[in-house]
Amino acid sequence: MPDEKKLFKVTIDNITIEVEPGTSILQAARKIGGDVAPPAMCYYTPLKGSGGKCRTCLVEVAAGSTADPRPMPKLVASCRTNVMDGMIVKNITSEKVIDARNGVVEFLLINHPLDCPICDQAGECHLQDLSYEHGKEGTRYEFKRRTFEKVDLGPFIQLHMTRCILCYRCVYTADQVSKKREHGVLDRGDHSQIATYIKNSLDNDFIGNVIDVCPVGALTDRTFRFKNRVWFLKPMDAHRDCPKCSGKVTLWNRGDEVYRVTARKDQWGEVHDWICNECRFEKKETKDWVIEGPTKINRHSVISQGHYVGTVKPREVLTEVMNGQAPRLLMDIHTVSEVNQPQIELSELPGPATGDVFENKNPKEK
Amino acid sequence: MGKKLLIDRVGIEGIRYFDTYRKHGGYASVEKAFKMAPADIVEEIKKSGLRGRGGAGFPTGMKWSFLAKPEGVPRYLVCNADESEPGTFKDRYLMEFIPHLLIEGLVVSSFALGSNRTFIYIRGEYAWIVDILEQAIEEARQNGFLGNNILNSGFDCEIYVQRGAGAYICGEETALLESLEGKRGNPRIKPPFPAVKGLWDSPTVVNNVETLAAVVPIINMGGDAYSQIGIGKSTGTKLISACGNINRPGVYEIDMTISVEEFVYSDEYCGGIPNGKKLKACIPGGSSVPILPANLLFKTAKGEKRMMTYESLADGGFQTGSMMGSGGFIVLDEDQCVVRHTLTLARFYRHESCGQCSPCREGTGWMEKILNNIEYGRGKMNDIDLLWDIQRRIEGNTICPLGDAAAWPVAAAIRHFRDEFEWHVLNPEESQKRNYGLANYAEPREVVAS
Repeated sequence: MPDEKKLFKVTIDNITIEVEPGTSILQAARKIGGDVAPPAMCYYTPLKGSGGKCRTCLVEVAAGSTADPRPMPKLVASCRTNVMDGMIVKNITSEKVIDARNGVVEFLLINHPLDCPICDQAGECHLQDLSYEHGKEGTRYEFKRRTFEKVDLGPFIQLHMTRCILCYRCVYTADQVSKKREHGVLDRGDHSQIATYIKNSLDNDFIGNVIDVCPVGALTDRTFRFKNRVWFLKPMDAHRDCPKCSGKVTLWNRGDEVYRVTARKDQWGEVHDWICNECRFEKKETKDWVIEGPTKINRHSVISQGHYVGTVKPREVLTEVMNGQAPRLLMDIHTVSEVNQPQIELSELPGPATGDVFENKNPKEK
Repeated sequence: MGKKLLIDRVGIEGIRYFDTYRKHGGYASVEKAFKMAPADIVEEIKKSGLRGRGGAGFPTGMKWSFLAKPEGVPRYLVCNADESEPGTFKDRYLMEFIPHLLIEGLVVSSFALGSNRTFIYIRGEYAWIVDILEQAIEEARQNGFLGNNILNSGFDCEIYVQRGAGAYICGEETALLESLEGKRGNPRIKPPFPAVKGLWDSPTVVNNVETLAAVVPIINMGGDAYSQIGIGKSTGTKLISACGNINRPGVYEIDMTISVEEFVYSDEYCGGIPNGKKLKACIPGGSSVPILPANLLFKTAKGEKRMMTYESLADGGFQTGSMMGSGGFIVLDEDQCVVRHTLTLARFYRHESCGQCSPCREGTGWMEKILNNIEYGRGKMNDIDLLWDIQRRIEGNTICPLGDAAAWPVAAAIRHFRDEFEWHVLNPEESQKRNYGLANYAEPREVVAS
C-alpha cells in the first residue's frame, strides 16, 4: 500500500496547487511557473541556508493557513517561508508586492555600475532581467557609486566587487561544495565586501562553481573574460568521464571552438551537478567532450534569440497588399540579368567535391 | 515619589560586593525561587505582566512559555547586554553599580527555564563592566549561588560573560546568537524563532538586562503585587536614561504612573530644560523610535495627558505617537536642528547596518547622503519626498528590525518637521549660520504601512 502523504493546498495568485509539507512558497510558485514565480537573486536551491537576503522574492500572505487564516503583517521572503495548508499568497496580484519589489530593484541598482556593455555576465545576468522587469528608466540616485578595485582570485577567477549585490551565494558555495572555506564577507553595511582577507587566491577543485552561482558579473571566468558575448555562443550539453565530478557540462561554442565550459543550469539558473575546475578551465577543446546536443535555455534570455528555435517562414505580404500583383522590382534577377545563367546548376559544376578526379591545385599543401 | 525596585540600593556603599549586597536582602529571591517549581516561577512572571525592557515590550512570561522543551537537548538563557542604542544607557548603570542584581535575576531565570549554561553577551565598549560582572560571578560562585548543586537543589548553573566586538546589530537577538556562536553577526531569518532553534540550534531565551533584573523583585514580592504597580498593561518599574537638553541627565527608575510632563519638568527627574529654553522635541524611547514634537509630547492627539507607559507613548500610532522603546529619553531644546539630528541618526544606522539584505544596506546609505545634502545646503525640494519614499520602502521589507529602526526616525522627522526641512532647502546659506528654532509643526503626514 503506497504511503499517502498529506499534501498542502496553497493558492498563489489565484492558482491553487498541492505541494508537500515543507515546501517553500517560492518552490510552490515555481511549480506553477510563469510570472507567478517570484524572482530570486540570492536564493539557490542546492545551497543550504541561502536566501532571504535580497528581498526581491517578497510576497504578501493574505491568509496564513486554514487553521489560522489571519494575514501576515509584513511581506515575507517567499524563499524562506514554508507553505501551510490553505495558505493564500499574492505575488503579482498584490500592489504592495510590486511596489516593494520595485523598491528593492532600485536599491540593488543604486550602487551597481550598470556597465553591462562591458560586462561578461550581460545576457545571462539575473539583475539585468530583474531590472528589465521592475526597474525604471532613470535613477533617482545622484551620488557617486560605490567602487572597488578588481581582484584576481587565483588564475581562474576575477572578483569585481563593484558589481556585487552581496547575495552570499558564493560564500555558501565555498562552504558547502568545496573542501575548505577561503573567502567570506568582510566589513558590514554598504561597505561590506566579498574578500579573501589575506590570501588572495581561491584554489581548490570546486571553487570554479562560484562563477556559476554568481547572479551578476562580480565573479567572472578569467579564461573567458572579454573573449565573446554569451549570445553569440551556442550552448551544447556535453559530458566526459571525470574522476572528480559528474562531468556533465554545457559547452559554449562558436564555430568549432569551445569558448567556455559551465555547469548545466536549470530554467531558474540553478546548478545541480557541480563541476570541477579541470572540466571548467582546462578542457577547452571539442575533442575532450562527448556532445549530446544543443542546450535549451528556457529563461527569457538573449541567448535563446537567433537559435532558429520555432522559426516561422515569413509571410509574403507584398502580394497581399498589391492585390495579388508582384512588384516589378522584385522580379527574378536571373530572368533579367544575362550574366547569370539559370539553366546551369552551380552545384553540378566540376570541382573537388563533385569531380571525377580530385586534383589539389594548392601547391602549399603538397 | 515613585516606587523603586531595581536601583533603590545603588546608593549603599559597597553594594557592588557580595557581602554588602547579601546584607541588604540580596539573593533572597534565589532562596525563595529554589523552593518553587520552575513552572510556577514562569507562572509568577506571567502574572506580573512584565514586558521586555529591551525595546519591543513583548510579555516576558509569554516568551518564557514559548520555550520548546525537547528531551535531551540543552536549553539556554542569554542575557542581552549589548546596549548600543544612542541615548540608552540604563543597562550599563544597572550592571556597573549593582551587578549582583543581574546575577541574582539570571540564577532565578536559569532555574525557571532549566538553563545550565547562561550567557551574558555584553557590548564590547563596556570593557570595564566585564570585570565587574566577572568578579560578581566569582563571588556568587564562592558563596554557593552559582556552580554545581546550588543551595542543595541539585541544579547546576554557570554564567559566562562574552564581549561583543562593537556592532550595534549584535543587539538583535538572532545576530547576538550568531555572534555568540563565533560567527559573523548577521541576523537570522525567522522563523525558526530562538525559542525553538536558538543558540547552537537549541531552544534559547534572549532577554534584556533590565528584564532579568526585574525578575528579582517579582519573585520577592510576588507577581500579583508587581502587577499592581503601574497603569494597565504597563506594570512594574522601568529604567529611563534621560539625556539631551535637560538639567539633570541620568538614569531614573519610574513606576509608570507619572506623566511625560512631570518626568521632564519635575526636579525629581529631568528637572526641566536648562537656560530657560523651550522644549522643541523629544525622542522618548531611544534613537530608533519616532521623534515627537512638543505639542504631541505632553498630550496625545486626542487631548489626553501622555503618561510614561507603553500604551500612552504609543497612543496615536506612528501618526501622532511614538514608543516606549528601550527607555532612552532624548530631549531637544529650541536650539537644536532636527535635520542635523536626523542626519546623525541616519549616519549611525548606515554605519551599523550589517549589509545582509538590500533595502537596509543600500537604503540607509542613500538616506544619509540625501540628509547630508539637505543639512549642508545642497538639498532640493523633491529630496524630501524622495527621503519619504526611501524610508517607506525600507520599513517592513528587511530581515531584522534594524531596517525599521533606520526608517522610523527619518519618517517621523519629515512627518512632524517638514517645515524645517523645507526651510533648509529654501535657505541654503542661512541654514548654515543659524538653526530654525521652534518648529511650526507641519501637519503630520499620512502613515504608510506601520
